[in-house]
Amino acid sequence: MIEQYIPLILAILIALLFSLFLLKASSWFGPQRPNPEKLSTYESGMEPVRTARERFSVKFYIVAIMFIIFDIEVVFLYPWAVNLKNLIDLMGFFIIAEMFIFIIILLAGYLYLLKKGALKWD
Amino acid sequence: MIPDYLAEFFGNKFIGYLIAAALPLFLWILPYALYAVYAERKVSAFMQDRIGPNRVGPKGLFQTIADILKLIQKEDIVPASADKPLFVMAPYVIFAGTFAAFAALPFSSIYIGSNINLGVFYIMAVSSFSVVGILMAGWAGNNKYSLYGAMRSVAQIVSYEVPALLAIVSAVMVIGSLNLNEISEMQTAYFWNWWIFGGPVVGIKKFLLIIPMTIAFIIFFIASLAEVNRTPFDIPEAESELVAGFHTEYTGMKFAMFFLAEYGNMFVVSAISVSIFFGGWQSPFGYLGNSLGISWLIPVEQVFWFLFKGSLLVLVQMWLRWTLPRLRVDQLMTVCWKYLTPYAFINLVLIGIITLF
Repeated sequence: MIEQYIPLILAILIALLFSLFLLKASSWFGPQRPNPEKLSTYESGMEPVRTARERFSVKFYIVAIMFIIFDIEVVFLYPWAVNLKNLIDLMGFFIIAEMFIFIIILLAGYLYLLKKGALKWD
Repeated sequence: MIPDYLAEFFGNKFIGYLIAAALPLFLWILPYALYAVYAERKVSAFMQDRIGPNRVGPKGLFQTIADILKLIQKEDIVPASADKPLFVMAPYVIFAGTFAAFAALPFSSIYIGSNINLGVFYIMAVSSFSVVGILMAGWAGNNKYSLYGAMRSVAQIVSYEVPALLAIVSAVMVIGSLNLNEISEMQTAYFWNWWIFGGPVVGIKKFLLIIPMTIAFIIFFIASLAEVNRTPFDIPEAESELVAGFHTEYTGMKFAMFFLAEYGNMFVVSAISVSIFFGGWQSPFGYLGNSLGISWLIPVEQVFWFLFKGSLLVLVQMWLRWTLPRLRVDQLMTVCWKYLTPYAFINLVLIGIITLF
């Protein structure tokens, strides 16, 4: 079974080699005449003020945290969903109810986020 | 299967797999990307009552080839204040993520780069790899526009990942497989066996499934538009406010790589919708090869149907791009977290109940 994953690794290697070739091609054909003006940061003709790497809005962190919570939940759903037919034959309604309880617990967290205003973007 | 056949032909498994893995790049991605860019420009021209590219070659058919030749001759600029290693690596990461997804797409019953059982899961995982590349590109440029574009882009892609995965998982509940080739094989014969029309299920269950499956497809389609940064979700590249978003500082071929990856990704998300909801490589109404009795024609037709359906969905994405206005960031987050995600959950519960019948 592990053999099936070899083409996937090869595909990534091919992609890297191909992009290496394309980017090298541009250095073969393209000119290399750098000057300080050309190498400065592009800000529509304005002199850049300070660096760009400053603090940004906390909302992005909240989105990242929410993503982790919900994404892990969905990842847990996958093995359950793939085997659902067999599991229903084995255990009937129980297996569905079990997962619904799991979803409801997360929905409670979701409602808490909603009430807290974590999803407000203004 | 073509990879096995090639392995036998060359007497070496490794070479066979290598060639099989490289096939989609040279036979499909490059020609497709060239003509998708051309099509995009022609579609936009048609919608805005213009002519579009018409100088290079008949009806401007060689326009994008000329563009690539021009881009290859451009100077490759790395800004002085940029974080050099990250800046150089970002295009590789984004392109590798896009191309790795192609290796698990079932182009036909005899060609799939790697017939893994986790196909759907693998594609969803590697195609979100581009998030890393986008953040690298945005951060490395040391440009305010790039960084804002990258932050918005990452927040957006990461948020819409949730409804997309939920829509897929609710479809997988009925399908019972993550192997894309198997999923395509199930939806055999006629188009009413496609999963969007209830799949090859018999009885009342099939009719009950039609509505939830359509909803799952719509949710996935909207979320996939956001994942490839297409309008109405193109805030990351909002050219009227952020210049060009996360790739503002990129020039020449590096810029072209981002473009290639964007169009590649558009096809990947369309191909996932096609494989899961629209029958994959199955023909909607029987095969010509079957009725003529030519067996080698069938795989060729399958490739045609897969690429045709995929390209059709790409065309819908272009159509939407030139029809809808852009959403604001707060509207974007509201759509995702307050509408799509709860709807996807409700849909999941609905399909769960239907599977009990």
